[in-house]
Amino acid sequence: MNKERLNRLKPLIGLLIFSAIISIINPRFLSIFNILNVLRQTSINAIIAAGMTFVILTGGIDLSVGSVLAFCGAVSAAMVSSGQPLIVVLIVTLITGTMMGLLTGMIISRGRVQAFIATLVTMTIVRGATLVFTQGKPINAGVGKASEAFAWLGGGYILGIPVPVYLMILVYGISWYTLHQTRFGRYTYALGGNEEAARMSGLATKKLKTMVYGISGFLASLSGIIMTSRLSSAQPTAGTGYELDAIAAVVLGGTSLTGGSGRILGTIVGALIIGILNNALNIMNVSSYFQMIAKGAVILIAVLLDRKNK
Amino acid sequence: MNEKKPILKMENITKRFPGVKALDSVHLNVFKGEVMALLGENGAGKSTLMKILSGVYQHETGSIIMNGNKLKITSPKNAMDLGIAIIHQELNLIPELTVGENIFLGKEPVKSIKKINWNKLYKDSDALLTRLGTLIDSKALTSSLSIGDQQMVEIAKALSSDAEILILDEPTDALTDNEAENLFRVILELKNNGKGLVYISHRLPEVFKICDRVTVLRDGQFIGEKLVADMNEDGIIEMMVGRKLTDQIPFSPHKSGEVLLEVKDLNSSVCNNVNFEIKKGEIVGVAGLMGAGRTEMALTLYGIYPSNSGQIILDGEEIYIENPAKAISNGIAYVSEDRKQLGLFLGLTVKDNITLPALKKFEKLLFKTDEIERNNTVDDFINQLTIKTPDRDQLVGNLSGGNQQKISIARGLITKPKLLILDEPTRGVDVGAKKEIYKLINKFKDDGLAILMISSEMPELLGISDRILVMHKNSISGELSREKASQEAIMRMAVGLKEKISE
Repeated sequence: MNKERLNRLKPLIGLLIFSAIISIINPRFLSIFNILNVLRQTSINAIIAAGMTFVILTGGIDLSVGSVLAFCGAVSAAMVSSGQPLIVVLIVTLITGTMMGLLTGMIISRGRVQAFIATLVTMTIVRGATLVFTQGKPINAGVGKASEAFAWLGGGYILGIPVPVYLMILVYGISWYTLHQTRFGRYTYALGGNEEAARMSGLATKKLKTMVYGISGFLASLSGIIMTSRLSSAQPTAGTGYELDAIAAVVLGGTSLTGGSGRILGTIVGALIIGILNNALNIMNVSSYFQMIAKGAVILIAVLLDRKNK
Repeated sequence: MNEKKPILKMENITKRFPGVKALDSVHLNVFKGEVMALLGENGAGKSTLMKILSGVYQHETGSIIMNGNKLKITSPKNAMDLGIAIIHQELNLIPELTVGENIFLGKEPVKSIKKINWNKLYKDSDALLTRLGTLIDSKALTSSLSIGDQQMVEIAKALSSDAEILILDEPTDALTDNEAENLFRVILELKNNGKGLVYISHRLPEVFKICDRVTVLRDGQFIGEKLVADMNEDGIIEMMVGRKLTDQIPFSPHKSGEVLLEVKDLNSSVCNNVNFEIKKGEIVGVAGLMGAGRTEMALTLYGIYPSNSGQIILDGEEIYIENPAKAISNGIAYVSEDRKQLGLFLGLTVKDNITLPALKKFEKLLFKTDEIERNNTVDDFINQLTIKTPDRDQLVGNLSGGNQQKISIARGLITKPKLLILDEPTRGVDVGAKKEIYKLINKFKDDGLAILMISSEMPELLGISDRILVMHKNSISGELSREKASQEAIMRMAVGLKEKISE
């Protein structure tokens, strides 16, 4: 039991050691300003990774999150620039992302297509749809009546802390509650643990599977809104490769890619490790080409260390 | 005891896992040209001991001596190189490869430039298979073979690496009687060829049939090594459970109750014209040979296979069961024969496993599950069914077969069923736990539950059932009252000789 508890804390211990090393190399890392900056930068990946955790816990994978983020970002920017009220923008955008996720989920559960293939397909189609919708050009969200309120979502502060950080905490609070305090959470773990046994226990396995992709789509669209708001424009190529960062955060957080075991709070720690790494390489002026190599290496080391202890 | 010298000696083997001493100074001898039975209840340490011998685990103290040399077995490959081969309960063949490819996997004969010498590979495979007296085609795809044939391939694979010691872990569990007979013949031949064999089984008649000596473990302790010729069944059971077992299967007569379930002319893709009824507080056994469609019939009642025609009448009302959720809400629970694949969530806790189908009942405000209520319910089941687990948060994969089975049954019961379908409830369960399960089944019966019990163990069916249905070719070929039922009568119906019994 004690070993189990230690295992749960491992990602957090890793995060603390990692932060300590970076703050020794560069004391600027520990400034309040920088920490808030890291948290804000992390929020987008962290929110996507929360949805990814649900999907991976059922034994699936969602490669379409980056494309959904881009499409929903474009939808929100287009609506803002055409002067729609903020609430309408939010509702329409979030429903769009959720529907995309549910549709993907349906292809997987009803159509019996492997999650990897199904989401690879939606990733490609939705990216294409984004390029068609935006005609390959950025959509400016900085004009129109609604733009000021919209910009607050990604760039605003409450009590000196960026709004996306609150959103991230809210997402993780609700996700934790759902996974650990509700029936749906137990079903998610059961589905990933043994799908056949879940079916034999009378669970509506297809519906459950569809729903986790809906959650992933919803959270990807929320990230799309935050990103578009922050940049005041939607880029057609936004979110490219984000699915990998999200998967990395989930895995660094100790969730098994085969499903059935893992923890949502591990995922936020995993996202923070990636966020801090990006930030540290930036403030140390490492070229962005080397950053990718360094990031890959750190993830590899973390995963290898984790395997060794199992 | 005769003074033969063993080819392999395991002495004072001790192995600890976090929190438990799995093996405590255990001994095992393997003799040339003999079969050593290794017996013990689930959790007694048999598997752990075999995993040490086959290099999966390393022991802490003690020694393994083979042909006079002290061994240090570091990995399964190392064990194989030393001439120790294990044939696991779950077969380890690759279904997409041919029989020959499987036999020589990792040691394929090669010509120059590393090209596989296919002719030699298949010729040698054929030679091995012929030696085992089988007609398996070495070029056949492994997935096309029956389980019995696959086991033969496993044995051929062990022989191909010149194994001196062969360990067979519950090899007959998945075999038909014919296949088992064939296996026994092969074992005899291996014996005559001077191999040393270790045979693990829950089936005592087999031990008397093919084994020369028996080693018994209990709770990780060495209980004794005896010559089989000096022992009888009761004696061995006593060694295994540490107490005398009188009347193996308890029976409590059915107190007549009203009819609970009527099945009329039920047809599905997997069963034909099934007719029977079952009363409250009655145990109806379902007998039949492998492939007779017993599980399939039960799964039609449980909503896994859709019914095409016919009626299912429960408490006087016709019900329609499209899926397991419907079956559960109508009061039908099914406990699967295949615990690992269909029954349990090995990576989830005891608590989650038991409560999963009934979570809705524990739901409170804001979809929150009532954890206190859930804990209490689970603890009740743990006490009631005497499930041996450190606590309710233990992962089910860490528990023994008997306890896993009890958890499956608890999960069936938590939905408060009227009809409990038990599919091979004592498969892979040790003698002591078997008796506990029989007791529980009788208790449920006294509580008024109707129980439909599928089993391949005839003494068990004859002992516990009020009535027995016999299935043959996906339909019910006959019904026997408790008084009229006998192994012979069941067997006649199971092979389709219905007319002769009816006069």
